[in-house]
Order: sequence, then C-alpha cells, then structure tokens
Amino acid sequence: MTVSVPLWPAVLGRFGWQDLPFVRAWENPTISEIIGAFAGALVVVGAVVVAALLTRYGKWRYLWTEWLTSLDHKKIGIMYIVVAFVMLSRALVEAVLMRMQQAVAIENPGFLTPDHFGQLFSTHGSIMIFFMAMPFLTGMINYVLPLQIGARDMAFPWANSIALWLTIGAAGLMMASLVVGEFSTGGWSGYPPYTERTFSPGVGVDYWIWAVTLGSIGSTMAGINIACTVYKLRAPGMRFMRMQMFAWTSLCTSILMIFAMPPLTVATLLLALDRYLGFHFFTNDLGGNMMNYANMFWLFGHPEVYILILPAFGVYSEVVSTFSTKDLYGYTSLVIATMAIAVLSFTVWVHHFFTMGQSANVNAAFGIATMTIGVPTGVKIYDWIWTMFRGEVRFTVPMLYALAFMMTFVLGGFTGIILAMPPLDYLVHNTLFLVAHFHNMLIPGLLYGMLAGYHYWFPKAFGFRLDERWGRIAFTCWVVGFYLAFFPLYVLGASGMARRTQAIFEPSFRPWLYVAGVGAFVLLAALTSLGIQLWVSIRDRARTQVEAGDPWDGRGLEWSVSAPPPEYNFAVLPLIDGRNPFYDHKHDEGQPDPYASPLAYEDIVVPRGSATSVVIGLTAAVAAFGLIWEIWGLTIVALQVIVAAVVLRSFGRDQHRTIPAAEVAREHEAWLARVRTTPAIPRQLETAVVNRGLAEIVA
Amino acid sequence: MSEPELAHAGLNLGDTGALTQDQAENAIFGFWIFLMSDAVIFALLFATYGTMIASTVGGPTPASEFKLLPAFVETLLLLTSSATFGRATIAMKYDEPRRVLFGWLGATLGLGLVFLALEANDFATMFAHGAYPMRSGFLSSFFALVGLHGLHVAVACFWLVVMVVQVCAYGLDARVRINLLRLGLFWHLLDIVWIAIFSVVYLQGNIG
Repeated sequence: MTVSVPLWPAVLGRFGWQDLPFVRAWENPTISEIIGAFAGALVVVGAVVVAALLTRYGKWRYLWTEWLTSLDHKKIGIMYIVVAFVMLSRALVEAVLMRMQQAVAIENPGFLTPDHFGQLFSTHGSIMIFFMAMPFLTGMINYVLPLQIGARDMAFPWANSIALWLTIGAAGLMMASLVVGEFSTGGWSGYPPYTERTFSPGVGVDYWIWAVTLGSIGSTMAGINIACTVYKLRAPGMRFMRMQMFAWTSLCTSILMIFAMPPLTVATLLLALDRYLGFHFFTNDLGGNMMNYANMFWLFGHPEVYILILPAFGVYSEVVSTFSTKDLYGYTSLVIATMAIAVLSFTVWVHHFFTMGQSANVNAAFGIATMTIGVPTGVKIYDWIWTMFRGEVRFTVPMLYALAFMMTFVLGGFTGIILAMPPLDYLVHNTLFLVAHFHNMLIPGLLYGMLAGYHYWFPKAFGFRLDERWGRIAFTCWVVGFYLAFFPLYVLGASGMARRTQAIFEPSFRPWLYVAGVGAFVLLAALTSLGIQLWVSIRDRARTQVEAGDPWDGRGLEWSVSAPPPEYNFAVLPLIDGRNPFYDHKHDEGQPDPYASPLAYEDIVVPRGSATSVVIGLTAAVAAFGLIWEIWGLTIVALQVIVAAVVLRSFGRDQHRTIPAAEVAREHEAWLARVRTTPAIPRQLETAVVNRGLAEIVA
Repeated sequence: MSEPELAHAGLNLGDTGALTQDQAENAIFGFWIFLMSDAVIFALLFATYGTMIASTVGGPTPASEFKLLPAFVETLLLLTSSATFGRATIAMKYDEPRRVLFGWLGATLGLGLVFLALEANDFATMFAHGAYPMRSGFLSSFFALVGLHGLHVAVACFWLVVMVVQVCAYGLDARVRINLLRLGLFWHLLDIVWIAIFSVVYLQGNIG
C-alpha cells in the first residue's frame, strides 16, 4: 500500500495522484498493480462505452423516462436484477483471481500482493452479499410478489424507487473504489479494531462503511415496503393461508430485513464515529469493546443468511410444484417451517464467535439453538420430495436447479452441524472448512434459487422464454464448478489451511488448490453461458414468444395475466376463492373461465415516474464519496440536496396518473382475443417452439 | 360515523371520507413498521450503553456528570409536548379553526425547541467538565444514545415546520392529514424513548 500525498486538500480532500491505480501501475509496474489498473480501466471504459452507445442510439430519454425514473414495481425489480448480474460478474472474476493466486502461491509469493489479496476477499464478500444476493432477491420479490397476491403495485412505490437507487449508489461506490483509492482489507465483516483508523488509515474501510450503510438503509426500506404490501394489498379473498409459498417467504424475509438490517446500520455507523470523530466503541484503548461489534454485526449477519435463503425456498416451492404437476405437499407445514426459521434465525448469532471468549454454557446454548434450525429445514426438504413423489416431473432448467439444490444443500447442512458443535468449531473455525460450508449453503441456497426463479419468471417479465440448451449448459457448469471449487476446501480446511491466505507454505495442499482453481474457471464458464443464453434468447425471441402469459401451466395469479403484464398488473382485481385460484379455474369443470371478459372496467390510478428518487439515491452516494475522501463541502451540499428533494416531494400533489377504463378495456380485450387464438399445448411440449404461452386446458 | 371505529392503525381521522381512510390504512401501518425498525436501533444503543457504563477508564462517571433536575425538567417538557401534539391531532380530526391547530402545533414546537436547548446546555456543561465522547467508551455510548434521540427531536421539529407550511399551502388535504398523523406517531415514540433514557441513563446514574 502506497500512502499518497494529498494534492489539493481544500478541494480534493485526501486525494493524491497515487490514489489512481493507473499512476501506481506506472510507477511500480508489478503484475498486482497492473491487474488493479486494468480493473479500474475496465470500469471507466465500460461506463464510457455504455454512455456512447446510449448517445449513438438516442436512448437516453427512453432510459430515463421509461426505466430509471419509473415507480413501476416490475421495472424496479428488473433493474435490481440487472445490478445483481453486473456485480456478480465482478465478484466472480475476483474469486477466480484469488483461486489462481492460491494455486500459484505455494511456497512462492504469487502475483498478487497481500494488500491486493486482502482487498479482493473484502470486495468479493461485500459484493456477493450486499450487491449481488440482496439486489437479486429484492428484485425478484419486487417483480413477482405484487402479481402473486393480486396487487397493482407495492405499498410505497416512491420509497421502493429510493431503495433501488440507494442500492445502485452504494454499488457505484464499490465500483468507484476500483478507480480512485482502494478498498478495505478488513473482510466483508469489517471487524474492528483492525478497521479502526489506527490500523487502517486509508480510504478503504470508509468505502466499505458507506457502501454497506447505504445498502442496508435501502434494504430496510425495501423490507418495510414488502411487509406492508403483503399485509395490506392482498386481493379480495387472498387470505394468508391462500398465498403462494413465494409470497410467504417474501413476507418472512421482509420481516427479517426490518429487524436485522438496523443492527448492521448501527454497527457501521458506530465504527464510523470511531474513525471520524475519535469515539471509543470498538477501539483497543479507553474502554472500547470490540465484542459489541461482533454481537451487533452478527445480530444482522445471522438473520441475513435467512434473508438470503428464504426467497430461494419460495422459488423452489413454486418450481417443484409447477414442474411436478402437483399441489405443493404440506403447504401448512411449509408455512410453519418458514416462520420457525425466521424466528430461530435471531437466536443463533453467537455461533459466529464461539472462540471469542464467552463461557462454555453460552456456547452450548447457541450450539443447540443452531442445530434446531435443521428441523424446519428438513421439513421443507421432505415436503419438496413428497411434492415430486408420483408427480409428472418435467426436468426443465428451473427444476434442475431445484434438484441440485436439494442434494447440495443437505450436504452443506451436515457440515453446518459439525460447525454448530463448539468443540469441533474450535478446530476448524477460520479455516477453509468454514469457507466451504457457507459457499455450500449460499450457492445452492441463494444463487441456484435466484437462477431458477430467473428462468421460471423470465417469460413472464419479457414475453419470451430463455434458451433451454444454453440454460442446461450453464446449469451443468454451475453445479460441476461448485463441487470442484468448494469440496476441496473442506479437505484443506480440515487439514488446517487458514482462510484469507495469500501465500501457502504447505506443498501437500497443492493438488486440492489446483482442483479448486479449475472449479473457479468452470464457474466463470457458467456465468459466460448465462450471458450467451441471454444473447441467444433475445436473438430467437420471435420463436419463443409466450404472450398468452402461462407457459408452464402455472398456479399463482402471476400466470393469469399477459406476458409482460400491463403496468397496472390486473385489468380487474381478481377475487380469490382458493389456494390456487388460477390453476383450479383453468382445470376444473364448472369453474369460471379465467380468460372470460370481466363485466366492467374501471379507471386505474398508477404512480407517475419521479426523478427525485434517482436524485436522492445518487446524491447519497455523492455525500458518502465526500465523507470517504474528506471533501466535507461536497458532503454538506449533497445532504442539503437530499433534504430539499424529500421536502419538495412532500409538497407535490400531482403524483398519479389515471388510465381510463376505456384504455384498460381495449388492452385487456385485445389480449383476451389473442389468447383465444393461441393454440393450447400439453405441458410435455412446454420447451418446444409450439409453446406460445397457453398451457393446455383440460376440458 | 356515529360510533368510535378505528379505520386504520393511527388516531382516528374523523369524518374525512372513505378514500382518505383507505390511504391512511397503508401509510400509517407502514410507518408503524418503520418505527419498529427505528426502535431496534435505540434498543441496540441502550444495550451498548449498558455494556459500556463501567468503561469510564478513570474519566468522568455517571454519578459525576448526570444532573437529575435538568433531566427531569426535560422529561416534563417532552411529556407535555406529546400532550399538546395529541391536542393538535384532535383539532385536525374535528376540523377546529385553523388557529387552534396552529396554536397547539406551535406549543409543541416550542416545547421541543426548549427541550433541545436544555439538552444542548447539558452537553455543554459536560464538555466543560472534560466529559466529551472521545474520553471513554462510557461517554461514547452516552453521547451516541442521547445524541441520536436529540437528533430525532431536531428532525421532528424541522418536519413540524414543514407541515405547518403545508397546512398553509394545501389546507388539510388527505396527504397533510396522513403526514400529521405520522409525525404524531414519531413524536410520541421519541417521548417513549426519552422515558427509557431518563430511567436507564439519568436515574441509574444518580441512584444506581
């Protein structure tokens, strides 16, 4: 780490030329610095190319009015998922770099400096949790949930958009750290006292603090919004026990967000008080107590695991039921298990620091509480298996992810039981065993789930299906890559290899590290396949149109509308009379025709787009940037802009737009007419070209 | 509306029409959820204070710094301001003359500002004794907890001014009514948090 001399402190704060990776690479052209400069250049060039393309094709206005300022929950959901994919690409490349370094650096310094390696594992973890996983699941909930419960929008569309833009602003800070300055070397959990000014004087920890703080405020807002939407905006007759499982898991996740994100905000802000104002919360001297940080961070961090996993459980419930052509087995037990997991998740946080000096009795209590979570999770696994039992199982891409998940997640659960026993935890904590375990839970338990949901609901969002062949190739790479990359880590961890190691001095680790390195490349191939799949699918979209909206013979209400759905979701709000109203109406004789014309249409009020949310989110990032670089004036001005934007918005009165009943009727009747001319297909042909989005209705 | 009927999770809005009640239903409920997550933040700061109360490292202690009389006066001011805000809400509910509403809101604002002034005076006295937050873990946790509450009161006062301007600009339309209800909930929460601060911080510091 080179300490740079401030250039012009009055205006540029701490910034000096040395803070640019390009300057560092010029002065000290080691491979490590050149990689850093290349990454920085990629961000700059990427931004310039995107801006140039938008200008060339004259899409700025379209992007601004139709997308960026939109308060439509569906567009906000899609934007969240775009952010997630962009950040996934970066964090995955960082993972490959780290695996390469470890494969090379056996009794050898390798090509990355320890400081660079430290930044890589810190950004990899922070991005994967806060800027890949969280936006992905928030986006998916945003898109699907209102459609599933028969709502026209989220409860607070404007707050929804602010939450999105705070997340984008925070992700922007992560990207900025590649181009100006450096990132924290303190890991994704940012433990003090290492992250205090005394030991980490640079801007890296400040980037981490403010990116995470903005992200967690955004997630809290998203949680409030999702919970309120479920509680207050369900369609008439949509009782709680009639909701789809994904709606249930969204509700539980949002409750966890509401209670678990504030501890993170408190932890990061108290750390900021220590760093900026010399407080003594977590310092070594003058009464600071780092254990308070560990407790607060994991009061967030443990429920966070379930914030991530529960929505995936919801997706799997939908997918397994749909592609097994059966009602979900044990719906009630799944609901109870979901709630049980949500509650238990708050009772186990101390298992993240069994070795930090609490008494054996405390460890025993938290160890037992930890193992208890296996019970409701086991209930869920059995329910999914029973759902498949004697079903007509179709092995589509989402179903493949669900199957791979069940197998892999159970293996990860077993290693979790090992870690939940304090005596065993003493042996393997802070080794790669732990790294293997949490990747074993989060890749199948989050990433596979989100990818399954992405394949499952993509046709709903865009009106055409994703390419099946490339989907299978990507799936194979994700699964094979996962086993190659992470199972060797169990062996290495049990052999005592510490996590976050930049160079290795034990030659017998070599073969395992090579296998893990190959696995990382296979995972990179998986992501590349997803990119190719998207490109191929867009190219061939004319052949895979599913405008009628129901390509998989779906159950939830989201399949009862066109694909993509109109801005207002439902021309007429549905009346719910059972657990799978759309499915039952399609299939059972004597039920109302789900494609019948409604008796009457009404005017529909939708929110107008708003630029204020964009301004607030991005200005918050600017304020944070000022704090990071100690450009105080910038921060003060930015905070004033935010306050002004909020106050101005509260004075606004003309914030809605009415879509006249006649227009709703015209659109809806046109769609119904197209549905009537769409050929119905049996579910065995759902991946073929003949599927235009109308599953066969058994008369 | 002849018999009392709570249409939403706040103080009854009175006879304002079904649409306003309907909007209030979501808005007020959502605000309650927000207050819960805000309460979590205060709970954690209380817990932090509890674990750091002994970390005075030879510096000022609770017994040497906390004066019960000013804290008691501040408590009375804040409790009274909750009552005046409640009276303002009733004025809104029954569409009493505008000056009555403004009178009660003005009284609330005045009490809030005097509270802030007294608190600032407390802090200044402590600083003069060398009891500043950088001195010890105990003082860091004290200033974070009580300071955050003070910041909330300041935000609430600013919000109150904005609401008065909105009443002047738009009268009591649906959004103004709902926002006044939300501000009221916020104000009452601060009152409750202060009671906890008075008990946990000031009483414990003087008696414990």
